[in-house]
This record gives sequence, structure tokens and C-alpha cells, in this order.
Amino acid sequence: MSTLVAIRHGRQGYWLSAPALALYLSLLVIPLLLTLVLSFNVFDYSSGINGDAYTLDHYSSLLGDPYFYEIFLRTMWISALTTLLCVVIGVPEAYILSRMGTPWRSIFLILILTPLLISVVVRAFGWSLLLGADGLVNQTLQALGGSPMKLLYTPFAVVIALVHVMLPFMIIPVWTSLQKLDPAAEQAAMSLGASHFTVMRQVVLPQIMPGVLSGTLIVFGLAASSFAIPGLLGGRRIKMVATLIYDQYLSELNWPMGAAIAVALLLLNLLIMLSWNRMIEGRYKKSLG
Amino acid sequence: MAFVQLEGLGKRYGEIDAVVATNLSVEKGEFVSLLGPSGCGKTTTLQMIAGFVEVSSGRIVLDGRDITHAKPASRGLGVVFQSYALFPHMTVKDNVAFGLRMRKVASGELQQRVDRVLKLVRLNQHAERYPRELSGGQRQRVALARALVIEPPVLLLDEPLSNLDANLREEMQFEIRRIQREVGITTLMVTHDQSEALSISDRVVVMQAGRITQIDAPYTLYEHPRTEFISGFVGKANLLPGERDGAGVVQVNSGGELTLSLRPEKIDLRDKGQGRLQGNIVSRFFLGSQWLYGVSTTMGELSVVRRNDGSAPLTEGTAVGLDWDATLLRVLSVDEVPA
Repeated sequence: MSTLVAIRHGRQGYWLSAPALALYLSLLVIPLLLTLVLSFNVFDYSSGINGDAYTLDHYSSLLGDPYFYEIFLRTMWISALTTLLCVVIGVPEAYILSRMGTPWRSIFLILILTPLLISVVVRAFGWSLLLGADGLVNQTLQALGGSPMKLLYTPFAVVIALVHVMLPFMIIPVWTSLQKLDPAAEQAAMSLGASHFTVMRQVVLPQIMPGVLSGTLIVFGLAASSFAIPGLLGGRRIKMVATLIYDQYLSELNWPMGAAIAVALLLLNLLIMLSWNRMIEGRYKKSLG
Repeated sequence: MAFVQLEGLGKRYGEIDAVVATNLSVEKGEFVSLLGPSGCGKTTTLQMIAGFVEVSSGRIVLDGRDITHAKPASRGLGVVFQSYALFPHMTVKDNVAFGLRMRKVASGELQQRVDRVLKLVRLNQHAERYPRELSGGQRQRVALARALVIEPPVLLLDEPLSNLDANLREEMQFEIRRIQREVGITTLMVTHDQSEALSISDRVVVMQAGRITQIDAPYTLYEHPRTEFISGFVGKANLLPGERDGAGVVQVNSGGELTLSLRPEKIDLRDKGQGRLQGNIVSRFFLGSQWLYGVSTTMGELSVVRRNDGSAPLTEGTAVGLDWDATLLRVLSVDEVPA
């Protein structure tokens, strides 16, 4: 106790957190600053990057080109839809999980978390095997007498795979806030005449909103910056911002343009997430403290 | 027929009997406590009445209606939980109004009824607060108001005072009794605290290992405990060997076959050499209004409680004589269930 107090009030605290701060500084802050500087550098296809000259050209072409608008817009709606689906599937799933008996609960929790141990690339290839032109889904469709559908390289494929990857990030925070719930509150509501649906809507859901909020922030943030899944399942045509940045860096070799897009994505993400957080928290802050 | 009737009510969890064929009748307006150590099945019984636990056998009849398998929502009973189970995201007013909203009570009447019940529990000043801004005792009152506002036929209280500190607990005991009297509502309370059960109930039901072992008014229960377990669980008791003499009167006798109970406050302290039994004071505890003495005798150590009448207490090591009125000895039967 006394050491904790000493750490809190003295300089020791800074020394003890120095390794973490150094790591944070060298791996996050410095690269971000370099990217920011790079995004203002002049680029020329014949001579490459000129580190001494600065320009706003990349940002102005980003704002002026409908090609970029389309990709940004697609990234946002795919991320929003992924987030929505994760809420619709993940919240009931977390609730059911929290009401399970002792052996099953741990087993299913592990089952839900195990996909996190498998590489996203492997899972994306799994989906492309399923959804491909002669993948399992289309084979089944044909066997049942239907005509094959184009599933792979569509937004549908990207969304379904993103939901699959992101679901644990929704379930974990919701599960955590469900743990804090008093199960007797549900019984109380029922004894007062509430149906199961009313109990969910008026008693359970409002109390787990903080968990749902963190879940949506994590899922939206990760989906909007996802690279492997749109890259592998969206193909050349369904581009998202992260794949666009990759193209700028490695195909066009226009690093400053790629950096400008990255900065723009970061700012847009921050803007959306902060205003979403503000909106939800504002509504529930008073009642949940 | 009684207002609430439990007929051979039982609950099995796998191989374990939590409650065994329990019969109980509660009259309208009565305050009945279910008293017992933890794990005796009292809470399970209450939860079966509330409808949160499936009944394995027997029936529950409320005012002539069989509610054994009715859904909790359709029973319309008022339940107060040990944890209070308030809705943390709603104000006091909204918590209380919840049951009325479920019943689609018109807003004017709803407002009136909420105000009235908040006044009853003396919380009308705190209607707009959230539960986290209230003290334990105030939360307890909200829980009570929320259960009472729907005007239920029966109020079920599950260990309602166990989360309160000692002073508040006593205050709330009397408060609960006052409200119960004022509303005239039939009440069933589960508790493991014998003083709580004795002080506010009309009748006390003692449960042990899933069975009811005694049902009596508090005074009768205290004065005439049936078994050794009950005599020790409800109040303090000195257990003495004894037998019946030729006239059939019970007497203490070290060779006797019977087990007798004698309450500590029923023993008088006399000078050395007088009384029925001799002993030495070995311990002394001051309880404010009383002194609790431990007296070692040939029949083991006995507890004696004497009123603090302002005179100097006896000191440890003093030789004393013990005396009592033989009609206050109670014969205990052997416990029929393992405690």
C-alpha cells in the first residue's frame, strides 16, 4: 500500500513506466509523425520522393478525386454494416453465453475465442474456398438445381468475413459488462409483470450499453483499417482504404500519396469514433454513472 | 382455506432434496418468517412461491388459485431481493413505476400511486435520484416500494436486512413491520437471523435440511423450543441432563436420560452454598443492558444473563450458587433431522 502511494506521488512512477513509454514512442508516435511529414513531401514519378520540398498536392487530389471518395465511402459503409451485424449477432450470443451452466460456458467461450488464434489470412482463404466460383456454396446451389452466384470479390464476401473475424471483439466487452449485472434484477422485472422481451429491452440492454459501445468502437476501428480480408476477398475491384494505401506504396511507389491517404483514414476514423462515443455516452452517462 | 397454502411442496436438484414435502398455511394479513441456517431450503421455498424455481412436487395455492406452475409475471407477487435488485439505470421513481407501467396504468394514476408509496417508505424527497446515489437503507426502501406499489396479494422478502449494518438493520426491521401493518399485506420473510424473525413476525417457521421442524408464535418458539437444535438456534440455551421424578415433574439430574433446556436469563445467581447448583464464575461479558456470565459447574459451563441494575458486577473466580424455577425447564426431543 505505502509503496503504491509512493509510486503515485513520486517520480518513481515515471521511471517504472519508462520502458512502456519508450516502446510507445518509438513504435507508434515516431512512425506516425514520419508518415505525417511524408504525406507533405513532393513526389515525382521520374525522380521519386523529394524529402526537402513540401506540398499540399496529395491532400488536394484526395479531396478532388471521386475515385477516392468512392473507396472511402465503401470502407465506411462496409465497416458500419460489419459493426451492426456484430451487434445483432454478438450481443444475444454474449447474453446466452453468460446464462450457460458451468462446464458449457467455458467451453463455448473458448470456442468463440479460438478463431483469434488462426491467422486472418488463413481464415480469408477459407472463405474464398467456400464462396469461390466453384466453391462449396455454389456447388451446393447447383446440386439443388440453382444457378451459381458471384459471391467472391463482392462486398458480401468482405462483410461476412469481417463479421466472422470481428465477432469476438464484440462479444468480449459485452460479456464483461454482462458479468456486472445482478441476475436478480431480471427476476425482479419478471415478478413485476415484464415479459422476457421487455426484460431484455428495458432492463438488460440499457445496462450493457457501455460494453456494446466499446465493442462497436473496436469493431468499427478494426474493420475500417482492415487490409487482409478486403485484399483477399474483395479482389481488385472492391477496394477499401487500407488496400488503396498498399497500392499507393507498393504499386504506384507514391509513398507520399499513400501517407496522405493513411492520415486521412486515421482522422476520419477518429472523427467517427469520437462522435459516436460522445453520442452514446451522452445518452447513457446520466443513468449509468 | 388459508390465503397462501403450500401442500407437500418439494424441490429436488438431481439427487439432492432441497425442500421436502412442506406444508404451510398463511392467513391473510399475517407476517410469517422462514427461519433456518443457510442451505436449509428456506430461500428455495420462497423462490418456488415467487415462481423463479420450478416446483418438483406438491402445490402452491394462493387465495384459492393454484399457481404452482404459473409464470412469475402472472403471479403478481411483490418480491424484495437480498441484493435489492434495483434497476441501476432508472431513477427511484422509474424503478417504482416499473410494475405499474407493465400493467399499463394511466399516467395520472401512476403518478399518484408512486407518490403515495414513496411517502409510505419515506423516500418522496429522493424520487429523482439513481440507486447508486442512495444509502443501503434507502435502496432497501426503494425495493420495498417497488414491490408494494403493484398492490400484490403477498409480499415475499428474501433476507431483506442481511446487507445492512447492525443499527440500520434494527431500524429497518421495525420499519418493515410498520409498513406491513399499515398496508395489511400478507408477508413471507426468509431470514437466517433469529432476532429478526422473533421481533417482527406473527409466526416463525423453523426449517432444517429442507424440512419444517417447528411453527409457532415467536414467544412460544422461544419459550418452548422442540429440539436441541432449535433451542440453540433461537436464542441461547443451557443444555442439562435430567429426568422426571415420581410426580412427573422434570428435574435436573446428572444421571438423567432427558435433555433439558434452560435459558440463561432464567437462572438466578445466589450466594455460595445456596441454590440448586454450585459453581465458579469463569468469564464475564458486558452487553450494555445485561451481563453475560460463564459459570463452571459439575454439569459443565453454563451461561447466565443478569440485568445490569447498576450494582457492581461479580468478578471472575467468585463462587456462586445457581437457582431456577423448575417449571422453566424444557424437555427437548432428539433432532429428527441431521443439522
